[in-house]
Amino acid sequence: MIASLSLILLCQLTGEVMVRGLGLPMPGPVVGLVILLSLLLARDRFAIMARGPLQGDGVEGTSRGLLAHLSLLFIPAGVGVVQKLDLLAEHGVAILGILAVSVVVTLLVTVATFLVASRLMTRGSKP
Amino acid sequence: MSDNPFSLWVYLSQSPLLWLTVTLLTYAVADAVSLKTQRHPLANPVLHSMWIIGVFLLVTGTSYTTYFGGAQFVHFLLGPATVALAVPLYENRKVVAAAILPMLVALVVGSVTAIVSVVVLAEAVGLPRGIILSLAPKSVTAGVAMGISESLHADPSLTAVSVVLTGIMGAVIVTPLMNRTGITDFRARGFAVGLAAHGIGTARAFQVDAVAGVFAGIAMSLNALVTSLLVPLAVTLLIR
Repeated sequence: MIASLSLILLCQLTGEVMVRGLGLPMPGPVVGLVILLSLLLARDRFAIMARGPLQGDGVEGTSRGLLAHLSLLFIPAGVGVVQKLDLLAEHGVAILGILAVSVVVTLLVTVATFLVASRLMTRGSKP
Repeated sequence: MSDNPFSLWVYLSQSPLLWLTVTLLTYAVADAVSLKTQRHPLANPVLHSMWIIGVFLLVTGTSYTTYFGGAQFVHFLLGPATVALAVPLYENRKVVAAAILPMLVALVVGSVTAIVSVVVLAEAVGLPRGIILSLAPKSVTAGVAMGISESLHADPSLTAVSVVLTGIMGAVIVTPLMNRTGITDFRARGFAVGLAAHGIGTARAFQVDAVAGVFAGIAMSLNALVTSLLVPLAVTLLIR
């Protein structure tokens, strides 16, 4: 558990160092995700890597535990709304309306694009 | 026991312990209610925890900074949780590899839609420039969106709020919307909600279906990448 958590933090730390050091235009944790994924894939290829948190269900179990309550992690940022009450009193209706319309449009456009692209692909792969 | 209950409150209200406990306890109750209602969209645990804690802070006259002193331990875990998304991605690598092309197309189209729709609408109703800039990255996860907002000299705390509001709206609306439009492909449903509503949408997707959750997680991490590249571009093109 501690070793698995350390591995996750280490991936994030390496990600942050790479992003800052190389001036990459992406968030550190996303680079950390790519690093952890590469480690897991490499472990399947090279048996020698299957030790510590990379053996058994180590890092997998800890990650599932973290993701099981992903919504909880957004609450501190969300409560920040109390600082913005005066702004929301002035522009709240417009902001809420815009966000709602935007989210519905984004959901529909994304889902439609995905379905059309996947249908075109399966048709393309059949002779 | 303190002889003055008020001094005990003064002590506790400044300690991280109280606010961390309040955050976890409120969430635990909200989540239990959500489970009792068979995960009804309107029983979203983030939505209800947010207003309950918010009201509690206002009633007790506690500043957000004091609250965050305790809640930051939870907030910090957003980073490690993003890294942890590698695991469902790894476990479902075959399903994911088979759908890589539709994912990439939907990613680009969806990401552009998320940014352009919010900027164009905000321009149309005449919101001030500072607010528009803060709203633009609202579809990516909180930490990333706040970084983008900072680099645009917008208001990161307003961005965080619009991120969470967007996430809640997406999570509440996705199931009824997709059921009504008759979309049954859980890869597509998950991908859409992860892209439009980041981690809160992803959490919702995991509640509904495991495959949907995986695709939501991928969409959320890829969108974090694409949006950090697109928002500065969109802002220069769209805002006069």
